[in-house]
Amino acid sequence: MSTLQPAATPESVSDEVIAPRTKVKKPKKSAAGDAAGALNSRWASFVAVVIAVLWTTPTVGLLVTSFRSQIDINKSGWWNAFANPGAFTLDNYRQALEPGSSASFTQYFINTIVITVPAVLLPIFLASLAAYAFAWMPFPGRNVLFVAVFALQIVPLQIALIPLLDIYTNKLGFGASYWSVWISHTIFALPLATFLIHNFMRELPGELMEAARVDGAGHVTIFFKILLPLLTPAIAAFGIFQFLWVWNDLLVSLIFLGGTPEVAPVTVRVAELAGTRGSAWYLLSAGAFISMIVPVIVFLALQRFFVRGLLAGGLKG
Amino acid sequence: MLTTTADTDVGGFPLYNGSSGTFLPVKEGNDAMATVKFDEATRVYPGNDTPSVDRLNIDIQDGEFLVLVGPSGCGKSTSLRMLAGLEEVNGGKIWIGDRDVTNLSPKDRDVAMVFQNYALYPHMSVADNMGFALKIAGVDKGEIRKRVEEAAKILDLTQYLDRKPKALSGGQRQRVAMGRAIVRSPQVFLMDEPLSNLDAKLRVQTRTQIASLQRRLGVTTVYVTHDQTEAMTMGDRIAVLKDGILQQCATPREMYDSPANVFVAGFIGSPAMNLVSVPVADGGVKFGSHTLPVERDSLAGGGSNVIVGVRPEDVEVGNEGDGLELTVDVVEELGADAYVYGTPTDDAIKLEGGDDSLVKPFIARVDGRRVPMKGEKIWVQPNSSHMHVFNAESGARLSH
Repeated sequence: MSTLQPAATPESVSDEVIAPRTKVKKPKKSAAGDAAGALNSRWASFVAVVIAVLWTTPTVGLLVTSFRSQIDINKSGWWNAFANPGAFTLDNYRQALEPGSSASFTQYFINTIVITVPAVLLPIFLASLAAYAFAWMPFPGRNVLFVAVFALQIVPLQIALIPLLDIYTNKLGFGASYWSVWISHTIFALPLATFLIHNFMRELPGELMEAARVDGAGHVTIFFKILLPLLTPAIAAFGIFQFLWVWNDLLVSLIFLGGTPEVAPVTVRVAELAGTRGSAWYLLSAGAFISMIVPVIVFLALQRFFVRGLLAGGLKG
Repeated sequence: MLTTTADTDVGGFPLYNGSSGTFLPVKEGNDAMATVKFDEATRVYPGNDTPSVDRLNIDIQDGEFLVLVGPSGCGKSTSLRMLAGLEEVNGGKIWIGDRDVTNLSPKDRDVAMVFQNYALYPHMSVADNMGFALKIAGVDKGEIRKRVEEAAKILDLTQYLDRKPKALSGGQRQRVAMGRAIVRSPQVFLMDEPLSNLDAKLRVQTRTQIASLQRRLGVTTVYVTHDQTEAMTMGDRIAVLKDGILQQCATPREMYDSPANVFVAGFIGSPAMNLVSVPVADGGVKFGSHTLPVERDSLAGGGSNVIVGVRPEDVEVGNEGDGLELTVDVVEELGADAYVYGTPTDDAIKLEGGDDSLVKPFIARVDGRRVPMKGEKIWVQPNSSHMHVFNAESGARLSH
């Protein structure tokens, strides 16, 4: 994830060496420009690199471990692996992917995808609709309601688990079906999603909406044709958070779906890998990396939507 | 009017190469008569005691270019937005043609609006921006393309149709905003200070372009500006607002020659009219050493003081001791003429219309070849045939 490290590029560093002060002192227009200037110094680059290295080291260790044999893992730390490169093996991956007690990894993967996709799209859709109403449709009690929605985040989701389970199984009768996780994840995500998207939407210039209204657009057209395209950065940002959260979630799906291979997600399988007594814990690192592949791909794919200046040009001044 | 060559009939809109000189559709029947009428229209913002627009009455003729002008906060934009349907009307009615649009939503009013900051859709190309309204209206694609291209040709935007707004200059964006309005062939154009974001040179150019385009298309237009020069040069008629109240609605010439009150007198014209509070004397008003003849019945309701207004070009510089004595502060040379800014030597004489605590100078236009020196004393008097007399209390016009 080197894409996340700003100011550490060789260009910016060498630039700084050649023209130490003069270039930085150029009049800056915005606070963002100031911040960018401050971050461009050699010290800031150094600190950024140190933080990045510290942050990445455990992950690298995990990756290296996943390619070592059980005996090596038990005997020595992962950094010793480089002394004997020939000892790297794919055995852990082979074992982890092997059909276990009841089902293969593929089945769990499919389960996770089936859980995740609606659990990401549903809150985005509902929250952006709600955010539109909160941002651009005046109605009595709007502010109070908005604060109430946001305040709901204070409630920890663990508190809601048992009552929700009760409602799903006893009142609605779809316990242990995907509906229960979809709805639960949506419920837990909505306050933050509404808040984030509302704040972003609120920043959009009101004239755009007014221009669209004069052009003959109703709320639905304004929402889909004008706002949604402009909301892409906010939706991508929230989408990534929600995707990672749902993909890595063990608690919610374990409680509402249980551990049966037909419905359980990858996380349940990874937790199971170690075996009931932890005898196969050396497989965990391989399992973790298998489950990480998709989030990494999603992150890299959605990253390009974090484009700045999406609004540029629509308005003057 | 519609006897010119009927070209094709696409999507229910007959296309004429008619008076507009374009192939943009021309409205027929009732739609063609796009008069606009503000009938006691009132807007009170929630939480305010005083209305922002107070019982506005304006009749706008079909094809007329009406300019709403006034200082900031006078309610001109609010009036326009009420007509657009973006602002609620709390009292009175608004008519477009013979339709009462008071409670209609913007999309049902058949008006197009140009915003001060253009409000282009940043994620759409120029062509999509211009065709957006037609697309919503369900006009077919070929027809949209045709009309967008036609409008682009008029506005010289053809080569930019596929660009995004961010790749355009300020003037081009302004033209796209115009294009978005004219593509629709609405009954009424609404323009909210569309030139205020352009630089001075471009503003003067675009001013002329908009005015000529409007004459060419013949679409009723309501134009909001705070710039009285824009108002004077563009409008068929001007409506001056102040504090939400209509002060006067007249042609630029009428507005200049016989302003209805002190406010209009001071607002219209550049440099501004000199407004001097002077005592009433026997047979007229006392202006310095002079008594200016004013008809008796004009002064009937005026009290002991009246305000005399005289435009800089109607000031005559007289002989020593003849008229109002001024000390020359500044002289602005313009070549053929010069403007003399002076203060009356008599402190008791006050000039009206200074909007802040600054002392307002008395301005006189003089021949460029005989310019007084700074610090010199001159005596001025108004040309009595171009003199305006106003009530000192109400500010209303007394002379005819």
